[in-house]
Amino acid sequence: MGTPPKLTGAPPSSARGPAAGAPGAELLEGAITVLGLPEPEMVAALSSWPRERALDLFTAIAQLRAFDERAVILQRQGRIGTYPTFYGEEAVQVASVRALQNQDWLFPTYRQTAVATLRGCPPLVPLLMWRGHPGGWHDVMKYRVAPICVPVATNFPHAVGAAWGAKLRHQELVALAYGGDGSTSAGDFHEACNLAAVMGAPVIFLITNNQWAISTPVSRQTKVRRVAEKAAGYGMPGVRVDAFDVFACYQVVQEAAERARRGEGPTLIEAIGYRLGPHGTADEPSLYRDQIADRLWEPMEPVRRTRLALVAAGLASEEELNQILAEAAAELRDIGDAVESCSPASIQEIAGSVHRETPWELLPEGLWEPTWTGRGDAGGAP
Amino acid sequence: MTLELNMVEAITRGLSQLLEEDPAALLLGEDIGANGGVFRATAGLQDRFGPERVIDTPLCEAGFVGAAIGMCLVGLHPVVEIQFDAFVYPAFEQLVSQAGRFRWRTGGAYGLPLVVRLPYGGGTRAPELHSDSPETLFSHVPGLRVVVPSDPRSAGELLLAASRCGDPVIFLEPKRMYRRGRQAVPPTFVEGDLDHAVVVRPGDDLTVIAYGAMLEVAEGAAERLAQEGVSTRVLDLRSIYPLDRESLLQAAEETGRVLVVHEAPRHCGIGAEVAALLQEEVADALLSPTLRVTGMDLPFPLSQNEDDALPSVERVLAAAHAMLEY
Repeated sequence: MGTPPKLTGAPPSSARGPAAGAPGAELLEGAITVLGLPEPEMVAALSSWPRERALDLFTAIAQLRAFDERAVILQRQGRIGTYPTFYGEEAVQVASVRALQNQDWLFPTYRQTAVATLRGCPPLVPLLMWRGHPGGWHDVMKYRVAPICVPVATNFPHAVGAAWGAKLRHQELVALAYGGDGSTSAGDFHEACNLAAVMGAPVIFLITNNQWAISTPVSRQTKVRRVAEKAAGYGMPGVRVDAFDVFACYQVVQEAAERARRGEGPTLIEAIGYRLGPHGTADEPSLYRDQIADRLWEPMEPVRRTRLALVAAGLASEEELNQILAEAAAELRDIGDAVESCSPASIQEIAGSVHRETPWELLPEGLWEPTWTGRGDAGGAP
Repeated sequence: MTLELNMVEAITRGLSQLLEEDPAALLLGEDIGANGGVFRATAGLQDRFGPERVIDTPLCEAGFVGAAIGMCLVGLHPVVEIQFDAFVYPAFEQLVSQAGRFRWRTGGAYGLPLVVRLPYGGGTRAPELHSDSPETLFSHVPGLRVVVPSDPRSAGELLLAASRCGDPVIFLEPKRMYRRGRQAVPPTFVEGDLDHAVVVRPGDDLTVIAYGAMLEVAEGAAERLAQEGVSTRVLDLRSIYPLDRESLLQAAEETGRVLVVHEAPRHCGIGAEVAALLQEEVADALLSPTLRVTGMDLPFPLSQNEDDALPSVERVLAAAHAMLEY
């Protein structure tokens, strides 16, 4: 990731939309938005939000941002390994957690590495995972957040099974699975959507269309212009929403969850965004995309955009929002020390975590090394 | 009171017992409801337990195996039926990248009580991709248990144990044995022993290790060897992963000659693993090299040639003679 190039034009004065000429900006046309409305309408729409909830959403965005920034720093310092930043996706991620209830299940990928922290999981846990420490995996039952899924789309069937299984058990819960535009090209996406729709599973497929899968643009993923249109092929509703808008995303996830709880089955949500950062710390976007054009999406960056809106709507002052941001950053300032001071697990402990009863193959007897010095009677095998 | 059941009936009965005794158990698969499954292993179960516990799925092995993983998270104990051995390949990623890793990925905290039933193996004159023996593939995947019953009773007992062991189990059913013969089984199965191989025929001169449908071949060879005055132990392996190390070492130490029979391709097969284990640990006890009588490193042949690839009594005898004459 090189130094971001300077904007060539005037700095954006509005947070309604990306700057003129931003690549793929037309995808936002017709998407549900609050922050993309003309200011008087936006202010009117926000006036129905309780100040507390609005501040909670902003605080959660600030926490995710602080996590992401800290993680990138730790990677640069060599204290964690390669790290997939989610810079710019904080709004949709916060909305997805906050619009659901704590009994609902989340099935993240590596791009949603910190969503469990919004349910109380210590930030140290995902950071340890990126350090390659097994303490980075957590007990999924504690937060009802599955471990992050590395092969994209393979988490979709899990969410379907959890939601459908809960329905069979008459438990009222919803499952939400995350994916990107690239994941919708994978077979598991198709099988999961189809199965969910046929079974009426209370599941939400939340696809953040950030228009890039590493270097592959969305135009090379699919011939449909709108990913949400894929929902029609499964007989479920597809909804399009502004991914940089925490309020719109909250509303859309909440509606999908309500539908699911009413027994009306799955929903496909396409949250339209743009990948503001690289794919991860090892990625070099200048090889494959125009970074000047990319910067035209910066006005949508969720911290700035949400802050401008909250201030414009009179829900908070700039000072108190800055205070929230400062506190979130301060919270994680020294976490690198905690990450580093965690002593490594022993390979025996790891071997003991694979099965309920550890088979001999993973015990010292199965890993034995020869100790004899001669043959047969001369030395004797152990 | 005992019942006389063939293997597929014993599996039906085992599944039925599982559904009766465990309210969290449920069955998933293609055509397993009204149709009772392509082999009728679930015949009558949907009528008895309802369509919410014996569930017909769309045609999507990755989808429903993946969904079964998610079901485990909400407290269910799914038993998935794959119609034929090779139809599991679309679900391979879910089993390798997900099911096998789940307990490890939660630091040992949460295992998946998932059983994947897989009718497997050749000898039924079926079309392509209906006769594979993929046990090696799964036994190479950390976190999965791989189990193969060999007769009606072990099928029922091991099935119960598989669903209750707390880890994902690939349960390979030798389909050629489904209707081979009846065996007396108790009206209620007890939970089988997943950890131990079983000596099905005692012997001192040679051990033949087999599992699934190859047990019949091994026993046929042992019978012929007995007529020649050779005392052959036959060991039913049952668990492909983990292996019953003690029984294998004991067989080598007590009989000095070990022959492994399986219908899966030879390369990196279970026979190779057994032979490696024996030479590492009890080389001095071996009176002959450990030989393997196996399937070939071929796509399983179409029906006219399948007997050329499958281990037979004659091939086992030839290997045994070579070992005895070593």
